[in-house]
Amino acid sequence: MTLDPRVPSGPLPDKWDRHRFDSKLVNPANRRKHTVIIVGTGLAGASAAASLGELGYNVLSFCIHDSPRRAHSIAAQGGINAAKNYQNDGDSIWRLFYDTIKGGDYRSREANVYRLAQTSVNIIDQCVAQGVPFAREYGGQLDNRSFGGAQVSRTFYARGQTGQQLLLGAYQSMMRQVAKGTVSMFSQREMLDVVIIDGQARGIVCRNLVTGKLERYVADAVCLATGGYGTAYYLSTNAVNSNVTAAWRAHRRGAYFANPCFTQIHPTCIPVSGDDQSKLTLMSESLRNDGRVWVPKQQHDTRHPSDIPESDRDYYLERKYPSFGNLVPRDVASRNAKAACDEGRGVGESGLAVFLDFKNAIDRLGRNTVASRYGNLFDMYRKITDEDPYTEPMRIYPAIHYTMGGLWVDYNLMSTVPGLHVLGEANFSDHGANRLGASALMQGLADGYFVIPYTLAHYIASTPVGKVTTDHQAFNDAEHAVQERITALLNVKGSKSPRALHRELGHLLWDEVGMSRTDAGLKRALARIPLLRDEFWQNVSVPGDPDNLNKNLEYAGRVADYLEFAELLARDALHRTESCGGHFREESQTPDGEALRDDENFTYAAAWEFRGVGQAHELHKEPLVFENVKPSQRSYK
Amino acid sequence: MKVHLKVWRQTGPDATGRLVDYTAENIAPDMSFLEMLDSVNETLIARGEDPIAFDSDCREGICGTCGVMVDGRPHGPDSCTTVCQLHMRRYNDGDTIVIEPWQALAFPLIKDLVVDRGAFDTIIQAGGYTSVNTGGAPDANAILIPKTVADEAMDAAVCIGCGACVAACKNASAALFTSAKITQLSLLPQGQAEASTRVVEMVDAMDAAGFGGCSNEGECEAVCPKGISLKHIATMNREYRKAMFANR
Repeated sequence: MTLDPRVPSGPLPDKWDRHRFDSKLVNPANRRKHTVIIVGTGLAGASAAASLGELGYNVLSFCIHDSPRRAHSIAAQGGINAAKNYQNDGDSIWRLFYDTIKGGDYRSREANVYRLAQTSVNIIDQCVAQGVPFAREYGGQLDNRSFGGAQVSRTFYARGQTGQQLLLGAYQSMMRQVAKGTVSMFSQREMLDVVIIDGQARGIVCRNLVTGKLERYVADAVCLATGGYGTAYYLSTNAVNSNVTAAWRAHRRGAYFANPCFTQIHPTCIPVSGDDQSKLTLMSESLRNDGRVWVPKQQHDTRHPSDIPESDRDYYLERKYPSFGNLVPRDVASRNAKAACDEGRGVGESGLAVFLDFKNAIDRLGRNTVASRYGNLFDMYRKITDEDPYTEPMRIYPAIHYTMGGLWVDYNLMSTVPGLHVLGEANFSDHGANRLGASALMQGLADGYFVIPYTLAHYIASTPVGKVTTDHQAFNDAEHAVQERITALLNVKGSKSPRALHRELGHLLWDEVGMSRTDAGLKRALARIPLLRDEFWQNVSVPGDPDNLNKNLEYAGRVADYLEFAELLARDALHRTESCGGHFREESQTPDGEALRDDENFTYAAAWEFRGVGQAHELHKEPLVFENVKPSQRSYK
Repeated sequence: MKVHLKVWRQTGPDATGRLVDYTAENIAPDMSFLEMLDSVNETLIARGEDPIAFDSDCREGICGTCGVMVDGRPHGPDSCTTVCQLHMRRYNDGDTIVIEPWQALAFPLIKDLVVDRGAFDTIIQAGGYTSVNTGGAPDANAILIPKTVADEAMDAAVCIGCGACVAACKNASAALFTSAKITQLSLLPQGQAEASTRVVEMVDAMDAAGFGGCSNEGECEAVCPKGISLKHIATMNREYRKAMFANR
């Protein structure tokens, strides 16, 4: 079966305009009669809820947190891209489109990416109107910086807390709609199943995390904006409650999962310090604008960094990639850090770290300027490591940060289940095999503010839905299945905590499905994951009751889903025998160790259909057609 | 190292709570405070006991989910630090640490160390926004905002909504939280249109939610993990008085 991405015809720059004109509209007076469920309140979910509420739909919004303002979008530090060309440095919508396609290593859909670049300019306008305090120049205009491999300055930022400010802007817009009654907010609810009636997504079953009660909600359409699956790796830069459960439950109900092996390893994170560590902390990539990455030239050089003279240092990114230097894309920077450590030139106690050095920047710009740019990041680093980055280089190491894969969606952001739309990091569409820095915030807000209001209206206006209530048999069945699973988790009464099992899975994925992957390693992972899953269901310990706040029960359910999802992740990585973007197969590399794509055989999105736990998924391919850019070997030399 | 804990355990809002003693063993100095609690929970789970319920999410000090009283001080002894960013190197072997939930009428307890801070959302709903719909916004550079003003607005906007200010206040006042949002929006041109209605409605919502009044003790500023200044409360009061005249 070939998947239909429903990309509109016509020249690339006109597609979105034409599609909006061709899309059906819902009469303003009728919108309140249509209910839309939105799961997740990060940038994508909150902006969608606010925008659809403003249009007059009856929106039901759900989040697992105690407040919608806490979604993990809030932790994004660096900034948000937009093709405003305020700096007159050669940026344009076409250049942002081209950079995103190239950065994604030619594994994304042209039409989606072009639309993303087009809407990027509206996002900044919208956020400024909301009162987002972006950084400004003294003349009052918006400040920009170059970010993550871009040769133009198109990144807007609010100190090192851009994600926080953008999310609060979207959250506040949503709260305004809550006050107006168009959006109903359901916090502390975890979606545990999608309800499908007559082939259409018509509702959800969720658990009230405070009372433990299962609840049913019916709607005309369902939107998932539930984020990525980086936490499958246990240690990641994601929040500890981020999870794959909503996406995976939808997948089990028929939504294809696309390109799960496209995971992003962020090059600048604080290294792992011990076994009890619960998460990794990102140091914004903007640090690479002024910091220089290096390792000692000799192996196992244990001298203090200040005792290592320039002649004994290897600024390997500047050496290998003279034109991009320290600003190479994330996947390239990460792999090179790993390579340096694999050669025995890593630093710190574990040997799993490289230096990020600000000495030159402080000498050149002065401590105050460096502090004004990165002060909060330096403080965070000092709090965690007890070391002062003003006086000695930071130690950094790559960590799982973002997942480009996700539920397959068409141009309208609809999954393979009619009515089930997927927004933000939870979908797979725009970043291909590698995401550029400062583009996640852009995509989340583009989907929520500027895409879904049009495409969802078209779905509602053109798709008749039957009148159903939460008494429908499909709701009974879904709730029953959810209840059985909760009971099963509580009844194992084994001796291992969900955390211990999660950590084991995470180590396995990091070792075998991490920064570089091999046929043998992936097969080892595929052999081990079902055993871990069996162990989980035979030996997990979930004390406490189901009828009140039970965080360990919530966590156990999520770990159970990681243990199913991980198998698909490894399966996808095994099947894609090429290297591209964040997916590096050691068997497929150029003589000098760069990722080698196989365009002839892999220019497609791999969309997997669920066939049962432990059963082989069925692969469906969406061929990727490049009419406007010519795939080339990425080079940052 | 080893630390002794006295942790507030309460099975639900209507149950009777009490401090329970635990010992956290094999604690590494690089562990965060919450990782130390994770390790205690691991031992409880291994014994089949209900682990200690506490909130946390990003564990990097930005989401505002975590927050407990540590020896009577919100987020613990370090200034400008959320409890997820507090590290055990701050403690010595054999120390005893008392851990309790936020206590405020407007933050009802859910379980153990977890409270419901939904009242903060109610305050924002009352006016903590600019009333602009998606689409139709003017070009972002059409609104010039001097750097100094943008920086001041950002100083207020960094609030993470954790509730430490309320927990530290003897009146359980949400004045610092509310005023930070009011200051941010009143400094910016985008916030002017609704300035006089916003301040009145947000202050009214704050009172209605059961938060106490501000008596200028400054405890909130002292414990705020983002270092939000007390001066915003003065701004809020000034804006409120201005609004009283403007709205007549």
